[in-house]
Amino acid sequence: MTRETLDTIRNFSIVAHIDHGKSTLADRLIQLTGTVAERDMQEQMLDSMDIERERGITIKAQTVRLEYQAKDGKTYILNLMDTPGHVDFAYEVSRSLKACEGSLLVVDASQGVEAQTLANVYQALDADHEIVPVLNKVDLPAAEPERVKEQIEDVIGLDASDAVQISAKTGLNVDQVLEAIVQRLPPPKGDREAPLKAMLVDSWYDPYLGVIVLVRIMDGVLRKGMTIKMMGTDAEYEVDRVGVFRPKMQPLEALGPGEVGFITAAIKEVADTRVGDTITESKRPTSEMLPGFKPAQPVVFCGLFPVDAADFEDLRAAMGRLRLNDASFSYEMESSAALGFGFRCGFLGLLHLEIIQERLEREFNLDLISTAPSVVYKLNLRDGETIELHNPADMPDVMKIESIEEPWIRATILTPDEHLGAVLKLCQDRRGVQIDLNYVGKRAMVVYDLPLNEVVFDFYDRLKSISRGYASFDYQITDYREGDLVRMSILVNAEPVDALSMLVHRSRAEARGRVMCEKLKDLIPQHLFQIPIQAAIGGKIIARETIRALRKDVTAKCYGGDVSRKRKLLDKQKEGKKKMRQFGRVEIPQEAFIAALKMDS
Amino acid sequence: MYVHWPFCASKCPYCDFNSHVRREPPDEARFLAAFAAEIAHQGALAPGRTVGSVFFGGGTPSLMQPRTVGAILDAIGKAWSVAPDVEVTLEANPTSVDATRFAGYRAAGVERVSLGVQALNDPDLRALGRLHTAREALDAVAVAQAHFPRSSFDLIYARPAQTPAAWAAELRGAIDRAAEHLSLYQLTIEPDTWFEKLHRAGKLVVPTADEARALWDVTQEVCDAAGLTAYEISNHARPGAQSRHNLVYWRYGEYAGVGPGAHARLVTNEGRIALATERHPETWLALVERDGNATVSREVLSAESQGDEFLLMGLRLVEGVDPRTYEALSGRSLDPRRISALVGDGLIEPRPGGRLAVTQAGFPVLDAVVADLAA
Repeated sequence: MTRETLDTIRNFSIVAHIDHGKSTLADRLIQLTGTVAERDMQEQMLDSMDIERERGITIKAQTVRLEYQAKDGKTYILNLMDTPGHVDFAYEVSRSLKACEGSLLVVDASQGVEAQTLANVYQALDADHEIVPVLNKVDLPAAEPERVKEQIEDVIGLDASDAVQISAKTGLNVDQVLEAIVQRLPPPKGDREAPLKAMLVDSWYDPYLGVIVLVRIMDGVLRKGMTIKMMGTDAEYEVDRVGVFRPKMQPLEALGPGEVGFITAAIKEVADTRVGDTITESKRPTSEMLPGFKPAQPVVFCGLFPVDAADFEDLRAAMGRLRLNDASFSYEMESSAALGFGFRCGFLGLLHLEIIQERLEREFNLDLISTAPSVVYKLNLRDGETIELHNPADMPDVMKIESIEEPWIRATILTPDEHLGAVLKLCQDRRGVQIDLNYVGKRAMVVYDLPLNEVVFDFYDRLKSISRGYASFDYQITDYREGDLVRMSILVNAEPVDALSMLVHRSRAEARGRVMCEKLKDLIPQHLFQIPIQAAIGGKIIARETIRALRKDVTAKCYGGDVSRKRKLLDKQKEGKKKMRQFGRVEIPQEAFIAALKMDS
Repeated sequence: MYVHWPFCASKCPYCDFNSHVRREPPDEARFLAAFAAEIAHQGALAPGRTVGSVFFGGGTPSLMQPRTVGAILDAIGKAWSVAPDVEVTLEANPTSVDATRFAGYRAAGVERVSLGVQALNDPDLRALGRLHTAREALDAVAVAQAHFPRSSFDLIYARPAQTPAAWAAELRGAIDRAAEHLSLYQLTIEPDTWFEKLHRAGKLVVPTADEARALWDVTQEVCDAAGLTAYEISNHARPGAQSRHNLVYWRYGEYAGVGPGAHARLVTNEGRIALATERHPETWLALVERDGNATVSREVLSAESQGDEFLLMGLRLVEGVDPRTYEALSGRSLDPRRISALVGDGLIEPRPGGRLAVTQAGFPVLDAVVADLAA
């Protein structure tokens, strides 16, 4: 098999921390190569969802084909692959990176390297990328390009002497970025005559065209009309359309080796396409799949319930619609005594959870309550079986459990020195095990192993607050470890409240239980009788608060025969009671659940 | 029969009743004609009844000329027959000026006055925005007792910084002067009052729920010891001296109501209807002069509403309610589980004859008890 070098193609991605200017640089590159007419330009061309634009994050991989006439006189095809930048999408990122030969490492010249930059650059290095450092925002007064170059060399071990110093905002030196792509990044290799071998990089749902599949051709040629086969699922499709993004879809007859583009093929759901899968021709299949393919694995679970029970069917429909476009999130029906009917949903991580929740609320106009996020526990039962636990409410009898394992992560945190003490304390408090601690210029870099279960509870918010927003954080899931985990239940007036039960480490149970009881004490209104609120492990009470009985609730005077006014007040009270969830004799307002589940500590 | 006189000499800062202050005295003759028209109108809606009580409320009805009061009573006598022992009550301010008219009211047919004394110490009276002193009020009480066979007065307690000891002493002093009836209301901060503004701004601090409860408890102790027991949550009387008029409301009887912002509950062939009249005095007057009545809201009460109103009113009474009446009105029965839970908490108790009543422990949390039973 002869793999020719495809000299005039460059496939590259951009590695950057949020806010370091990835999208702006992409916009400039699109502009400078004349890919989009000036009048059609808008900001963050590649981020098509509102959420992506607003938050400056990329959720779906996107690509744009740029044609660039270089100083050597040749015209190059540059495929910019915009990858999701967040660890939740680490697998998607790794596949996108596999579709490229090089990366631009964009670092804000005033901020320096962030934790997320590190994680992504290591992934790029894992994908054998050639990397061109780019210092952005050098026009800002606070820019310290020399210091940041040093940092890149010290921390990442990359030679930054040739770093391109730009301002994506003003356009300064962006042309040098294009030259660097052509001269410093390697061209792809591929065999045009070999059987088709293409990587499914990502896919999404388009209401008009059905599922659009983003592909990178490794070997062979993908033609319109060809019958293809997804090797991971064995499904076959006839290709309707082939083309490239500029960044609008532009149809072509075929895509050759080294090229990046899209196909459509009457695929109904995104769930039918697996990121990282190998696409080949049915009648002349390639002999081997691309390495590294794995199905999406939810990591964090939580229950999503409509605030208004009448919205349940709407929520179901919305979930179905979202799932059309995002096969990595899973859902199944769940019913809770506290929250009614809803869904137990699995996500790739916390950001993913937040995004889905936000999209449901925003695009489908739903008010949702989410229960405390929980991780996937492995329960080793005494009968030898191992089961996965997604919902603390489903936990079997403790007598049947031999041991419980929980997922651990390796977290990298970069923080200004003055907050290091607080960051270390936070990590220690969350059962962290310190792996590394060193300095990157004026900033400390700490690496900790932490149980994911401790991180899904407001870890990130706490980190931001103790470091005044300066600490950055990234993580990857490493392994499962056995832990002394217990199910803590919350009892209100001796009735267990399912939505509030959680798995916690025994050493943390009392503190967490106390905080939960204190919160509920303030959230549940006084009743005509005293209400004990307890946190319990099995039959053992570990924390207790008491809501005193109502002492006075009477509007004394009644004017003339105006009972209408009192009746209206009563009607309001009755209406309010309907929105409450009944636990025994205690009525708990829905807001109490929302608040109790939100403010984790 | 309720008659609302909507004017006051000044507006008290805690009051959210339909009362208005006018620089010029209102034209009583025009108002009288309008009252007579509304009385005739409601008389036609509920013909053939016998009026057992008339209550002049306000506002300050003791600003009316006695002859206006007499003429209104005459109009009532034309619309319905009047019981021989009809109870006619008039609310009055305990000032020397108002007291000069007491003889005239008695002559016009008023047999009972209810005086808005509110407090028996001058600093608190000033704080409540009252125009009279404690001395003046007690004098007015004495004048009233000399002129009328029956009388009552109101006090407001749970005032800012009021201690149970100070209140007990003030209340004992009041009971010494009260012949047969006392209304004791806790100060409540009502929306759109001056007190509400102050309260919101943090300039008026009212007792906490616990403090208000302690004041309520001491109120019951002092009154019980003096033989002036409560027959309603805020009303205390010697045996036989209860306000028959108010008992009609609380027993969810039938009542007409005329004047600005008055309410009525009449049983017609459509069912029980709730009427409310225009609140603004001059608008009310213009409407009556144009249409013969100023009814602005007329609602045929649903079974559920009737049941709710019955509970809201009836459970204020120490005698409680008959659950069978509730069933007849609302078409459903009270939830036995809720009843037994509330009985278990000591907040309500069954009474002989199948009645159900709120206990001494239940009264201070009456609103929550009613909400629980009505849910």
